[in-house]
Amino acid sequence: MSTVITATINGRTFKGEVEDNELLIDFLRDDLGLNGTRQSCEVEVCGSCTVLVDGLPVSSCCYLACDLDGKVVETIEGLVGTAFHEVLGDAFVRHGAVQCGYCTPAMVLTAKSFLDDERLADEESLKRAMRGNLCRCTGYRAILDALMDVMGSERAAEAGSGR
Amino acid sequence: MTQLLEHPAKSSTAVGLDVDRVDARDKLAGRAEYTGDLHPPSMLYGAVLRSQFAHAEIESIDTSGAEATDGVIAVLTGDDLTDLDPYYGHALRDRPIIAIDKVRFVGEPIAVVAAKSQTIADAALSAIDVSYRVLPNAATLDRALAPGAPLVHEGPVRPGLAHGLGKLPEREGNICYRYGFSFGDVDAAFARAAVVVDDEYVFPAVYQYSMETHTTIAHHRGREITVWSSCQHPFLVRQEISELFEVPLDDVRVIVPYLGGGFGSKSYTKMEPLTVAISRKAGLPVRIMNRVDESMVTTRRHNMKCRMRTAASAEGQLLGRVVEMWLDTGAYADNGPRVTATAGDAAPGPYRWEAVDVKAQCVYTNTSPAGSYRAFGATHLQWIGESQVDEVARRLGLDRVEIRRANLLARGGQVRPGAKGLDADLVGDVDKVAAALDWSSPRPLHRGVGLAVGLLAAGAHPVSMATVRLGADGGVSVLVGTTELGQGARTVMGQIAAEVLGLPPSRVVVRGTDTSYTPYDRSTGASRSTTVAGKAVEEAAAQVLEELIETAEATLGVARDELVVSEGRISGGGAAMTYEELIERRFGLKGGELIGHGHVGPRGGSGGFADGPVFWEVCVGGAEVEVDPETGIVTVLSVSTVADVGKAINPLLVRRQDEGAVMQGLGNALFEEMRFSDDGLLLNDTLLDYRIPSFEDLPASMSCTIVENEDGPGPFGAKGCGEGALAALPAAIVNALADAGVQMTELPLTPERVWEKIHSQHEIPKNDSKEERYQ
Repeated sequence: MSTVITATINGRTFKGEVEDNELLIDFLRDDLGLNGTRQSCEVEVCGSCTVLVDGLPVSSCCYLACDLDGKVVETIEGLVGTAFHEVLGDAFVRHGAVQCGYCTPAMVLTAKSFLDDERLADEESLKRAMRGNLCRCTGYRAILDALMDVMGSERAAEAGSGR
Repeated sequence: MTQLLEHPAKSSTAVGLDVDRVDARDKLAGRAEYTGDLHPPSMLYGAVLRSQFAHAEIESIDTSGAEATDGVIAVLTGDDLTDLDPYYGHALRDRPIIAIDKVRFVGEPIAVVAAKSQTIADAALSAIDVSYRVLPNAATLDRALAPGAPLVHEGPVRPGLAHGLGKLPEREGNICYRYGFSFGDVDAAFARAAVVVDDEYVFPAVYQYSMETHTTIAHHRGREITVWSSCQHPFLVRQEISELFEVPLDDVRVIVPYLGGGFGSKSYTKMEPLTVAISRKAGLPVRIMNRVDESMVTTRRHNMKCRMRTAASAEGQLLGRVVEMWLDTGAYADNGPRVTATAGDAAPGPYRWEAVDVKAQCVYTNTSPAGSYRAFGATHLQWIGESQVDEVARRLGLDRVEIRRANLLARGGQVRPGAKGLDADLVGDVDKVAAALDWSSPRPLHRGVGLAVGLLAAGAHPVSMATVRLGADGGVSVLVGTTELGQGARTVMGQIAAEVLGLPPSRVVVRGTDTSYTPYDRSTGASRSTTVAGKAVEEAAAQVLEELIETAEATLGVARDELVVSEGRISGGGAAMTYEELIERRFGLKGGELIGHGHVGPRGGSGGFADGPVFWEVCVGGAEVEVDPETGIVTVLSVSTVADVGKAINPLLVRRQDEGAVMQGLGNALFEEMRFSDDGLLLNDTLLDYRIPSFEDLPASMSCTIVENEDGPGPFGAKGCGEGALAALPAAIVNALADAGVQMTELPLTPERVWEKIHSQHEIPKNDSKEERYQ
C-alpha cells in the first residue's frame, strides 16, 4: 500500500508516492539522499535522527513518511547556509562541541526549535530542552557552552532562530 | 632529523593552539560521510539470523524458504565455508566467521541473507528454520568456573595473528588466558601490617555505545576484496581478511570513512569477516549495518569479579597488595587477553609497595564477546584499589590526600617488574585535583568528596608509518592510518605537520585511510595516535623540510645555518623563496612534489606485554557527590580531572576529550550495566532500558587542568590522553560516596543498590554529625 503526499522539504515541494510503512528516516536517506539525518537507536531515545516537522523536533525513526502530507520538513541540509546555522556552527567550532559528529546535525536542529525561547536562557532549562539528544563523545559540556554562548548573543537574535 | 627540527628558530604556527577541528564544518552540515552513507553500485543489504540459545548444537538449518523469497540473492551458513579455515581472532583464533555446528552465545550469527532491500532481507530471516539441541550452558562467571562446567571451547588453543601473549599454555577448562606478576615477600608484608583491608568486588558488563553502530560494506570480486568499514584498526582488519580468505595482503583494500564514535567497540575485527563471506557468495557488494541490539552482542566491556587485600603499617605506609580477578570475556577471546593483562597492570596502583601479587584470569562464558572499551583494565581496577587506600586512611585517621602523597611512586619508579618506569609527576597531579575540589573544606551531611589516581598501560604496539606530501601549490597532504573516530586525530596530525613545516594548519589536509594508499599504522586505540602516529608524521614532515632546505641552500647559495624557515618560505642572504618557488626550482616546472616518510617502531621489542608500555597514561580525577538516603540516588555535584599529557597539541581538544571520558565514567559508575538472564539472554538490549548519560546528568561543575611537563615519547613531548578520566571517575565517585558514609563494592551505584546498602546496616542518620556513617 502506498499514499500520495505533498510536503515541503527544505523549502521545496515534494509530491509523490510513499509506502504506507516507510519510516521518515528511510524516506529522507534512501529516497532523497539526505544523509545528514543519522540512524542510531531506532526507538526514539537517542535523537540522532531528529528533523523538524512544522518547526518541532521529531525522531524520524519513529515517524511515518505518509504522515508528512501537508507538512513542512527541515533537515540539516536545509539549514546549511542560513544565518542560524552559521552562528550556531561558529559557536560549536569555537567551543569544541563537535567530535565524531554523528549527533551534531540533530543537536543543531533541536536547538533551532527553541533557541529564540527566552524561557530557556539558563543552563538548567537548556539541559532539559536538549535531553532528548544523546552524545557519547563530548560529554555535553561543550555543546551546552556553545548553546549558552549563542543564547546570549545578539547575532543569534538577528539570525532569527525562530520557528 | 632532530637537529633539523630545532634548527630554524620559529614561533609556533599550530602546536599548542586551539586550532579549529578540520572536520567540524562538514559534520555540522551533515556532509561528513560515514560507512552507512555509501552505496557502491549494485549493493545488496544483509540481515543476520542470530542464535536464540547460549549454548546449543545446530542440528540443521533449512534456508530454502529464504532462498525462494523474491529479491533474495544469497543466503550464507557455515556450510558455505568448507573451503576455508574459517576461524579468526587477533589474540586467539577461536571464532568462526559464522556458527559452525554449534552456537556459544545468544546473538551468535547463524545465517546471513543478502537481498535487494533491507526490508526483504529482514523479512526473509523468518523463513529460515533452525533446529537446535540445547546444551547446558556456562552463561555466568560462577558457572563457567565451577568444577565440571560445560566447556565453551574444546580442542587446541590457536594463537591469533597479533596475539602478543608469548607461549600459549594448554587449554584449561574455561580459562581463556592467565596473566600475573609478583614481587617481594607478600606474607612478610601482611604479617607486619597494622591494617588489612580485604573485600570482594563486582564490576558490570557495559556497552560502549558509539552512536554509529558497526557498519560494513564488502565486495569480494575475483581475488580482490574491498571493505568499507567503521573500523578503528583498518590494517589489522586487512590482515585478518587476507588470512581468512587466503588472498594476498595487497588484494584486500580497507577504506575507512568517518566513524560515529568507537571507544574501542570498533577495534580489531568485528563484522568484516561475515560481510566479506556473504559478498563472496552473492558476488556483489553487501552491506551489514547492525541495529543497536546487534552491536550490543558484537562487543562489550568485560564484567569482572575481584578479591583484593591491601596491607598498611600503623603509620600509613602501604606495604602489600594481593589481587585476584576473573574477567568475563564471553564466548570468544576478542581482546580479552590484553584487557586482562592491562587490568593486572592497573591492579597495584601507582604506589611504592614492598610486595605485590596479581593474578588475573580471562574466562570464557556463554555470553556475548567482550573486548576493548576506553580505559579498559584501569577502569576495572582503579575504583577497587583506590577505595582500599581510602579505607586504610579512614581506619588510621589519616588524610586521604596525604596517604597518597606519602606512598605514590616518584618519577622513574617501578610500576611493574620489567615495564617502563613511571613517566609522570603523580603527586603534582593529585595536588591539582585536590585543590580544584577544595579538598579540606567541611561538607554537609550526605555529601562526600573523593579522588583517585591510577595508571593505564598505553600505546599498544608502537608501529606506525606516515607520508607527508608537499604539492606544487605549497599545500600539504598527510597520509596516516590513524582513524578519525571523533577524537580529533585528523586535526592533530595536521597540526603536527604544519608546525614542522612552519605553515598554518589550514594548508594541511589529512584524509581517511585507504589501505591501498595509506602507509601502515597498527591501530587507533590505547591513546596511541598522537604519540606514535604523530611521531611518524613529525618525521615525515621533517624529511620534506630537509629537502626544502637543501634546495634553498643550492638556490640561494646560503649555508643552512643562516637560513630561516618562516610562514611557508625560506630566507637567507637577503633573499626569500616560497615553498612553491622552491619546488618549481627543484623540478623545473610547476609540478612535482616533495615526499617525506616517517617510521616509528619498537626498539627491539617482541610485541609481548612485557615490553613497554609506550607510556603510562595518568588516570587522576576527583568528585563531590550527594546521596539521598531516602531514595539511594547519588548525584555528582562536581568533577575535577587532570590531563597529564606531556604537551597539549590542541588544548581545546584535550579538555573536551577529558569531559567526554568523564561522562562515560559517570555512566559506568552510576547506572550503566548490561543485564543478562541466567540463560545468557541480554535483557536490556535497547536504549529504552540501557541508559547512557544525557544532558541532565551533567555535573554542575566540571574542571580539567592540563599538565604539560613535556615528558611524553611523542612529538613535542606529547603523550596520549582521553582515557584516564574514564578510569578515574568511577573510583573518585565510589570514594566520594564512601566519604558520605556509604561504602560500595559493586558497580553501578544504582539507587536500589545504594539504598539497600544504607538500610541493610544502620538507621538513616538524623543528626548533623558528619562522622556518623551508614555502616
